Amino acid sequence: MTRRILSRLANPQLLALVGVLLINWLLFPNFFRITWQDGRLFGSLIDVLNRGAPVAILAIGMVGVIATKGVDLSVGAVMAMAGAVAATLVVAGYPAPVAVAAALAVGLACGLWNGFLVAVLDIQPIVATLVLMVAGRGIAQLITEGFIVTFTDPVLIFIGTGSFLGFPMAAVIALALLVLVTLLVRKTALGLFIEAVGVNRAAASLAGIRSRMLLLYVYGLSGVCAAIAGIIVAGDIRGADANNAGLWLELDAILAVVIGGTSLLGGRFSVPLAVLGALIIQAMNTGILVSGFPPEFNLIVKAALIFLVLIIQSPLASRIMPTRMPVRETSK
Amino acid sequence: MNIITKLALAAGLATALSSGALAQDISGKVIGFSQIGSESGWRAAETSVTRQQAEERGVDLKFADAQQKQENQIKAIRGFIAQGVDAILVAPVVATGWEDVLSEAKEAEIPVVLLDRGIDAPEDLYLTSVASDQVLEGRVAGQWLVDEVAGEECNVVELQGTVGSSPAINRKQGFEEAIADASNITIAQSQTGDFTRSKGKEVMEAFLKSSNGGADICAVYAHNDDMAVGAIQAIKDAGLAPGEDILVVSIDAVPDIFTAIAAGEANATVELTPNMAGPAFDALAAYWADGTMPEKFIITESKLYTAADDPQGEYERRKDLGY
Repeated sequence: MTRRILSRLANPQLLALVGVLLINWLLFPNFFRITWQDGRLFGSLIDVLNRGAPVAILAIGMVGVIATKGVDLSVGAVMAMAGAVAATLVVAGYPAPVAVAAALAVGLACGLWNGFLVAVLDIQPIVATLVLMVAGRGIAQLITEGFIVTFTDPVLIFIGTGSFLGFPMAAVIALALLVLVTLLVRKTALGLFIEAVGVNRAAASLAGIRSRMLLLYVYGLSGVCAAIAGIIVAGDIRGADANNAGLWLELDAILAVVIGGTSLLGGRFSVPLAVLGALIIQAMNTGILVSGFPPEFNLIVKAALIFLVLIIQSPLASRIMPTRMPVRETSK
Repeated sequence: MNIITKLALAAGLATALSSGALAQDISGKVIGFSQIGSESGWRAAETSVTRQQAEERGVDLKFADAQQKQENQIKAIRGFIAQGVDAILVAPVVATGWEDVLSEAKEAEIPVVLLDRGIDAPEDLYLTSVASDQVLEGRVAGQWLVDEVAGEECNVVELQGTVGSSPAINRKQGFEEAIADASNITIAQSQTGDFTRSKGKEVMEAFLKSSNGGADICAVYAHNDDMAVGAIQAIKDAGLAPGEDILVVSIDAVPDIFTAIAAGEANATVELTPNMAGPAFDALAAYWADGTMPEKFIITESKLYTAADDPQGEYERRKDLGY
């Protein structure tokens, strides 16, 4: 039992996160300082949680999709749409719960549309979701008519910038989703079914798994997660910026999942490790910002660090240092 | 005497003979306008201001939206030439590849005015270009800060635009030029906020953490207003008063920054005027009236706005322009 916990703690993602945080600390000695201010925690570590939350939420949805050997490129555009819908509705005078529900419904509809293209029409996921990636941002711009729609609704602003027990609301929402989705896929057979479809969809269907339904579920969940992230991002800046909200975040989400050890070829996946991947990415981003490097170096530093993380996770490194994601216990 | 001057004289003479109207009157003229698209609020405002200006002067404006594609702009310009418009305004989406189509316009004796961006083409292919001076914008912002702090020590944090973009490079350069002689002002930190609110907020959060909770920051200079709006929220979240504890100066003069200035949360903004068409129409009017060749590069004014300039009124004037 102790050995199992130890081997889990020694996974490469956690080591990478600790490594990045330590580098940040060397560059900026006050990195770990956390103070209490205006009824909330305040410090760089809290920023990592807060700023990492949208990508973490996207990754929670994305990991299921990737485990089925798919990919969802549309999440950034769905974020923009959800934010646009929520913002325009509260500005038009609808109560916040209606606006949030409508935004989530839009996310679900987008996800199911992707799922329909992939599961029923059998279009390759990268192509199927590319459609909405391009069209979705256009739709968001149509909804906002090209403006940044600003709002003063306290509920939406609370979702984006509020705090719960001192922690940023965005991080709390991400944690709740993480627990919920992890329980859903690990305490039921759902996770196993997803992996089965990812490894071999035909075989899974023959084994009696309703793979079409399952694909609709995972793409639907990805859409809903994107909508949640979109509402958070809009609430954070008190406005829906259709041009920029969620721009390129689909790539960060995919990267988070990959850093989390889930293969793009589908199969075995881990929701908590994908979230850890998102935190690693954000720890790098925040580290670059507090380090004082000139901005021209941002992308180079980020690329170098990601390269390092991927090397640590490579099959070669795992042969030298056996700390790969543990295979679930089988009756052996 | 080159061909353009001859043409100008001929055209001027013709106009004078045919209309005999006021020198500055260009009503009844048909002018084509090839706009890049509507990728930003400023661009949308430029379109609506151009339409307003045309209406005020009685110009029949033919509008073509290129949706960010040069091929659409070239098609639109060819269309304008075929329709026989009196002049063409172009906001070029890229700098290269204009020689052919502009030569066609020149052969058809239709003057072309470039708006807000320059191109790499022989200067005789267009009448003039109307644009802002981005370096000057940065310089005006920097000069405001120099005057405002009046010799006191001041650590500035800078929110740059997208790395490598010309407004980011030029606005940085202008600001640095303005504060070069003020040894009391130093740029303590500088990072890119990609011209967006959310990145502006995120970067400002990091700056506040690495500057002793914001106590070491005296002013923030943002390359555009959107990043400043994000930074203002970050400053408030850190328990400080933007505009007082930390001065906020930015560039563009979009409506939302005037709301912030009116609330005392931002201090100054430098206008990037969306009225590029007004000076273009004036140049065309003078050209048609008596053949006056305008300067090749007309620079628009970079006006500074502070709390003393009726921010609420400026907000009302701008809010419907499409920003």
